[in-house]
Amino acid sequence: MATVKIPPVLRPSVSGMSEIEVQGSTVGEILSGLAGQHPDTRGQLFAEDGELNRFVNVYVNDEDVRVQQGLETGVGAGDTVVILPAMAGGCLGA
Amino acid sequence: MSTETQTRSGQQLIKDARARIEELDPSQVNEILEAARNNGSADDAPVILDVREQQEFEQGYIPGAVHVPRGHLETRIEQAVPDRHRRVIAYCSTQNRSALAALTMKELLGYDDVAVMTGGFTLWKDRGYAFERPLSLTPEQRERYSRHLLIPEVGLKGQQKLLEAKVLLIGAGGLGSPAALYLAAAGVGTLGIVDNDEVDLSNLQRQVIHNTERIGELKVESAKRTIESLNPDVNVIPHAVRLDSDNVLDLIRDYDVIVDGADNFPTRYLLNDAAVRERKPVVHASILGFDGQLTTFIPYEGPCYRCLYPQPPPAELAPSCGANGVLGVLPGIMGLLQANEVIKLVIDAGEPLVGRLLLFEALTTQFTQLRVRRDAEGCPTCGDGVDLENTEFEDYEALCAAAG
Repeated sequence: MATVKIPPVLRPSVSGMSEIEVQGSTVGEILSGLAGQHPDTRGQLFAEDGELNRFVNVYVNDEDVRVQQGLETGVGAGDTVVILPAMAGGCLGA
Repeated sequence: MSTETQTRSGQQLIKDARARIEELDPSQVNEILEAARNNGSADDAPVILDVREQQEFEQGYIPGAVHVPRGHLETRIEQAVPDRHRRVIAYCSTQNRSALAALTMKELLGYDDVAVMTGGFTLWKDRGYAFERPLSLTPEQRERYSRHLLIPEVGLKGQQKLLEAKVLLIGAGGLGSPAALYLAAAGVGTLGIVDNDEVDLSNLQRQVIHNTERIGELKVESAKRTIESLNPDVNVIPHAVRLDSDNVLDLIRDYDVIVDGADNFPTRYLLNDAAVRERKPVVHASILGFDGQLTTFIPYEGPCYRCLYPQPPPAELAPSCGANGVLGVLPGIMGLLQANEVIKLVIDAGEPLVGRLLLFEALTTQFTQLRVRRDAEGCPTCGDGVDLENTEFEDYEALCAAAG
């Protein structure tokens, strides 16, 4: 069971939660598990080819999975998976 | 024992000294300095030695000169110029004291290559060659920055660096307001602010550099007024424009550090590409709701924004604070973390937040640090072999619109 940290933009898709416990031993399994539980997240996480969307970064224990084994990166029990999309805001105006 | 043979007039002594020392015209010294600058290696460049008194030195000196007043030559020169084989070019206000100093160094102290610049600093300045003035703090500045002067990591040297620093803030909004206020209070000498927006009532929940009376005023003008009443040492340069591909290079060129407090992706990508091209460090923060992200991009030393986020997210995954809201203190916290990074870069202290992305969650009060690496192979901006000089900036509006 790993802890997945949900960024603000995805929280509406997971009933507002900021952390979710998900079963799985790889990043792919865990994110698929998340998308299974919360189908609205699927299109936000995965491109049509099943790979991670380029605008979403995923970190396992502080390291980008793209410099590890991508979706095959192993995740141990107690590890933290961070999903991180870019945020635009500096709130200049409005 | 006769004293007559040893008695010479001062003029004669100087004349004899000059006859035994190589003399260089200021134009030759200027050429030597330029060659050394272009060469890039300071190790074998000659040492320029200023032997005048402290008060004279404070009026101006040749850039890079080592200062040892002639009266302290014997006691201080070994520390200032430890290598006796290194070429030394001495100067004073004309050439008399430097000739005597050079002779002492050559004949009594064992330096083998000492020359003198004829005409001294007076002629150097008359010819229009570059010179610098040492900064020294006024009594009022010593008082104003006394708490900085007490910290060894800042001290007089760091405070002088701050006073000489030129920092450009992109945005005088949520992030820019606290960053600008504290950078101004810290004595950053030049603060440029880019923002074409006007103060709105809904800004005042977090944009603390503005106030209720300023509603409708240009943000850059409002920020300038606040900063000037906080610290008259700061020169505020308002740029009431929107950053675009035509003005970005001219805007950033004269600054040492850039604070990115933009509110949209096209500006952030454009700023990144321009800053990498001009090799300017960017202290980046973004915020939404209760969450903030912070990192420092130093071109080619660490990742750039495109290494971190190669593509902007589609519009539905990129809500703005205007649409989704933001806790007022959040940009305060993130903007001050940006100011902290800027000050560290300027005074060269501590560890910059390079290659590290700091996440802050206000709701749980948690900081998380992630590692970010430069993508030397794939980054379209700072990747190996990307020739930014000869590349037009992308159409970032289209890039971001396409993502949606």
